Amino acid sequence: MKFGIVVFPGSNCDIDCYHALRDSLNQDVDYIWHDTEGLKEYDCIILPGGFSYGDYLRCGAVAPFSKVMDEIRVHAEKGKLLVGICNGFQILTEMGLLPGALVRNKNLKFICNTVPLKVENIDTPFTNRCDLGQVINIPIAHGEGNYVVEKDELAKMKENRQILFTYQENPNGSVLDIAGICNEGKNVLGMMPHPERACEELLGNREGRLVFESIISFLEGGWKSE
Amino acid sequence: MSNYQAVGLTREEYMKIIDYIGREPNLLELNMYGVMWSEHCSYKHSRPLFKHFPTSGEKVLQGPGENAGIVDIGDNLAIVMKIESHNHPSAIEPYQGAATGVGGIIRDIFAMGARPIALLNSLRFGEIEKYDRVKYLLEGVVEGIAGYGNCIGIPTVGGEVYFNKSYNGNPLVNAMCVGVIEHDKIHRGNASGVGNSIMYVGAATGRDGIGGASFASVELTEESEEKRSAVQVGDPFMEKLLLEACLELLDTGSIIGIQDLGAAGLTSACCETATRGEGGMEIDVLKVPRREKGMLPVEVMISESQERMLVIVEKGREEEVEKIVEKWGLHAVVIGKVTDNGRLVVKEGDGIVADLPAESLDSSGAPKYYRDYEIPDYYREAKKFRPEDITEPKNYNDTLTSLLKSPNIASKEWIYRQYDHMVRTNTVIKPGSDAAVLRIRGTKKAIALTTDCNSRYCYLDPREGSKIAVLEAARNIICSGGRPLAITDGLNFGNPEKPDRYWQFRESIIGISEACRELDTPVISGNVSFYNETDTQAIYPTPIIGMVGVIDDVEKTCSMDFKAVGDIILQIGETKPEIGGSEYLSAIHNMETGEIPFVNIAREIKAHKAILESIDRGLLESAHDISEGGIAVGLAECCMGKGIGARVNLETSLRSDFELFSESQSRFLVAIKPENLQKVIDIFTEFKVPFKPVGETSGDSLNININNKEIINLPITKMEALWRGAIECLIQ
Repeated sequence: MKFGIVVFPGSNCDIDCYHALRDSLNQDVDYIWHDTEGLKEYDCIILPGGFSYGDYLRCGAVAPFSKVMDEIRVHAEKGKLLVGICNGFQILTEMGLLPGALVRNKNLKFICNTVPLKVENIDTPFTNRCDLGQVINIPIAHGEGNYVVEKDELAKMKENRQILFTYQENPNGSVLDIAGICNEGKNVLGMMPHPERACEELLGNREGRLVFESIISFLEGGWKSE
Repeated sequence: MSNYQAVGLTREEYMKIIDYIGREPNLLELNMYGVMWSEHCSYKHSRPLFKHFPTSGEKVLQGPGENAGIVDIGDNLAIVMKIESHNHPSAIEPYQGAATGVGGIIRDIFAMGARPIALLNSLRFGEIEKYDRVKYLLEGVVEGIAGYGNCIGIPTVGGEVYFNKSYNGNPLVNAMCVGVIEHDKIHRGNASGVGNSIMYVGAATGRDGIGGASFASVELTEESEEKRSAVQVGDPFMEKLLLEACLELLDTGSIIGIQDLGAAGLTSACCETATRGEGGMEIDVLKVPRREKGMLPVEVMISESQERMLVIVEKGREEEVEKIVEKWGLHAVVIGKVTDNGRLVVKEGDGIVADLPAESLDSSGAPKYYRDYEIPDYYREAKKFRPEDITEPKNYNDTLTSLLKSPNIASKEWIYRQYDHMVRTNTVIKPGSDAAVLRIRGTKKAIALTTDCNSRYCYLDPREGSKIAVLEAARNIICSGGRPLAITDGLNFGNPEKPDRYWQFRESIIGISEACRELDTPVISGNVSFYNETDTQAIYPTPIIGMVGVIDDVEKTCSMDFKAVGDIILQIGETKPEIGGSEYLSAIHNMETGEIPFVNIAREIKAHKAILESIDRGLLESAHDISEGGIAVGLAECCMGKGIGARVNLETSLRSDFELFSESQSRFLVAIKPENLQKVIDIFTEFKVPFKPVGETSGDSLNININNKEIINLPITKMEALWRGAIECLIQ
């Protein structure tokens, strides 16, 4: 089982994901430089948080044009796991791999805080180790995490149970308190909160491990979608 | 106005230039002297007093004089740190002023070869209750710091914010950066080795920030708004690329020296690296990448465009450098070479446009001033204040809630929520406790970081107040479980040409020096910002102390919040009727006067040792120093972290308000599990530190009795709502 973490020039949470997976969860993990050609096989690829290309235009707007991204799209289209955290989520919506978009927080400020999230669907590769309705505390750190999506699309997402995490106390104005979603195929996850920041006791929070443990459990075949 | 006045120099200084070069300088040369001999670059008023500072010690690997100071933390690792002001730019253009302040200090850290791991800041604003402009400045500065730090991915883990009328026209924005480095990777800003190449890396040079150093060296006036063009514009993404590229370059061994282009731009970087390398340098301004057409040599030489570095590269290895830099999407160009004639020669193509002795531009060649000083009247006046004359409050619940809501004591959460304080997942103790704690990955160690200064104390008594600033920083480190190691100081003062301001500065330096000597925390770097005044008033003297401490075992840290009910609360130290200069006197009685609290450093150090030993042995559940607002506010702060209350009885002969709100120094509140109480008592007894049990943690309210009579009874939720919401409430 192998994880890959894409590194854009402005990625900041690449190292955090790397340490969470390697040191806290004992996984095999590589960094993938953004202009890589000939992507190796990975079971799960992570687009980490940060400011991929400075994000002065629109968060995540430039990253989809990075060299490696065509192959990442193919990886997702094959049904393999792709996770976008924070800036990664923004990039996935820009690429059209996830519906909707992320706009500026309602209060127009950057917010860094640990917030309670409710798990809305546990029948996915990303949440199968959670209990339905379980509340987990995960850090957020973003200025543009206000999730918006067209009405019809939202109805479809609800129908398909694509909403995975919601905020208990909506910090940024997201529609339906949405904090994390997946695609129709349930193999692409986008979430604004940072589970990689909550993987060890020393930092006072291990609740983010549930997301990674779910992925590992899925990849080990311990969990199968219905 | 004559030529030299236009660049901010005096006639005497102009004559000194002629002495140095044996002729009249041309316009470019004059401008180069103008920026280099500005107070901001030359420290001409402050340098002569620096001899007081203790700057060496067995742990100091680099003292003042380089881009940043370095202190050893063992295991071949060291901490690199520096604080710097960006006051005047932030007063005019708060977002960019603050953002570029952060950018500049980060470059100072990686110029030494270190990876920046944390940012802190220290901010001062005017009366937020009164002026919309103050709100605008606060919002802009906080967003600017957040915008830069968050984007570049360095956590902003600590800081302090105070409000006072003396900052109404002149806010203070001091940014501190801390990096970590292995001993053998330390680099310095040296241009040595004749024939080695001078390479320019990073953003192109534009016309922004022209004359910024000179602008920072005069008082703010109505016309200052027009100097907006002297404020630079920051690009944190570019800086991230520059940071990664430079750290990779330094690993190749091809780099002789590296220097950031900060105040006074190329002029300063060239003459400083040349002087440190004891050589000379020749550069061609036509080779400098430019953002705009038609730039004159003088504009190129003094521009303060951001995100640029000067790299001195071993001859023949330029291509290697270019390759690495290009990987990060940047360009490196050779703009000149190292010479050995001690001169800084600037060419435009083939023609020489400036030819000056490098050393004469640098602070070693700049004029030095010993100013006259005089003790101001207010200093003696203040000492006449009699605490007994103030009226005692009738309802102490109201008094305590008023204090908790006062902007200086209120939670700064609205501010630090905007900073990503967790990125890089090393922040073990987050903002909101006494000091921030970061683990050093790959080791068992951690560091504790804080910035501190009570400028009201420093105004009323600059020498004693400055000592207290150092001690306050040390207390915050100690309460987190750290051993204080070293400081960096951000000295913010008024116009040094005025004798009373110069007296404040001089006294402050002596106070800092004394405290640092006794604590064995040398001054390893720092910054001076003068002329922080408007035509109506000067700021309170504000010597900000940034301190680092080391924790040998990251598991053995401590924070200020009560952890569980049923723990015993000890007060360490003694309460005296010291109300002068207190937050209570200011916020409740609207007076900023009196004799500030007395401090005995040698005695306090014993308390530090006892607390550290207790933390080290795992005997303390929490530790917090008692500062602004006295023991009442101190207890409330311990309660509000986790919503755990306390029942306290204070036996005292003092008036109730003095007992509750006195700011007597060297005091702490610690909570202990009952089974550990005797061990802690033994430690404090052994170190001969005064202590007394004052109560226990309990329930969900704060109850304080004085001599067994209830005087305060407040639910934690009520206190917390007021304390947490106060700043946001004031902004809206």
